Amino acid sequence: MPTIRFEGQDYFCAEGETLLDSLARHGVMLPSSCKAGACLTCLTRALKGTPPAAAQQGVKDTLAAQGYFLACLCKPVEDMEIGLASVSPRYAARLLSKDLLNESVVRLRLEVPHGFTYRAGQFINLTRAGDELTRSYSLASIPSDPYLELHIKRVQEGRMSTWLFDDVAAGDELSFFGPSGDCFYLQDDADRPILLAGAGTGLAPLYGILRDALAQGHAGSIHLFHASLATPGLYLMDDLRALADAHTQFQYTPCVLHGDVPAGGMQGNIVDLPVQVLGALGGYRAYLCGDPPIVNGLRQKSFLAGIAMRDIHSDPFVFTPA
Amino acid sequence: MSSVYEQLGGEPAIDAAVDIFYRKVLGDKYVIRFFEGVDMDKQAGKQKAFLTMVTGGPNSYTGKDMREGHRHLIKMGLDDSHFDHILCHLRSTLAELGVAQNLIDTVISVAESTRADVLDR
Repeated sequence: MPTIRFEGQDYFCAEGETLLDSLARHGVMLPSSCKAGACLTCLTRALKGTPPAAAQQGVKDTLAAQGYFLACLCKPVEDMEIGLASVSPRYAARLLSKDLLNESVVRLRLEVPHGFTYRAGQFINLTRAGDELTRSYSLASIPSDPYLELHIKRVQEGRMSTWLFDDVAAGDELSFFGPSGDCFYLQDDADRPILLAGAGTGLAPLYGILRDALAQGHAGSIHLFHASLATPGLYLMDDLRALADAHTQFQYTPCVLHGDVPAGGMQGNIVDLPVQVLGALGGYRAYLCGDPPIVNGLRQKSFLAGIAMRDIHSDPFVFTPA
Repeated sequence: MSSVYEQLGGEPAIDAAVDIFYRKVLGDKYVIRFFEGVDMDKQAGKQKAFLTMVTGGPNSYTGKDMREGHRHLIKMGLDDSHFDHILCHLRSTLAELGVAQNLIDTVISVAESTRADVLDR
């Protein structure tokens, strides 16, 4: 009889009983509705133990990879601990280097704290000691890199970005929680075409996902569209071109809304460009990152071009001014 | 007799149907303004619940939710003509999936029964 641990209490689950029913029998009412795997209301996370595959049908694959499952379909076969979120320890990491990628984006590289693991494309919550000011930043590095890389955009009047730009120096210690997020590469189908699209520092997770996919031997085509209003807002162009030269399956298209177009680039609205270039997108997996209006526009266009809803992964960034 | 939901193949089939249905809805200029600015994942979830309900699958349909969920759209001008468009997209989605005509008629009649709730009458 499997034991289910939830919020520090143990509950016994009978043979063939669903986790939802079992907890309800003990007086623990998880939010639920259809009890048949349709509505996703009872989405729950396995913090320990593995949910049966049947309990993950219909759950987005990047969520399933993090242990999310449907309590109404889950007939536990082993002891499990469940919860809504895993609680991250607070990590401390020394800043190794700090350099400008363009006029308004700075790259921070932090040492990897002992015990910290992540998937490229996830984000961390950087916290300033003293006032606990916290902001989320995506990881642009991959787990085999000897550092954690963040791309910080200077936000007008933004307290965190101003502090990171002006006051923090190599050698300083920064603290953070995490990782979190479901925008990351999945190694389940190495031949599947991938669309990466985003604007501004939305490149950070995309760069991580791209390098992760290449490092894991992804053979299918990968096309990255990185947009900015104008060329000076783009960054890492040389690195990305070098990656495209070294990997035939990877193509890079820098995009600008107006002004001079960089070599190999395009002018236009990033929301329209991927479909304009690639045409029908059935079978693709898409990763879309950046400002919410751009991400939402890209999601809609990608979906209408044929990408299944569950294969669209997005990370809308919200920039917080003072 | 088993439900259309079971005959279609249950949850995975409804997932596929949502993709087809939602694409038709978003491609329809007559109704698109009601869907602008909504979170696509949440909207797809609602459509999945709706398709599950109208095909006779497990659901917790309440007319009250349907009424409250659409009230802000009525202020934007939602009326019978838009409801008819959605029914039409539902019909063609099912036809595209090869659902038999008599089953489509059954589903449409269930969907039709939500009209008063959706339009808050």
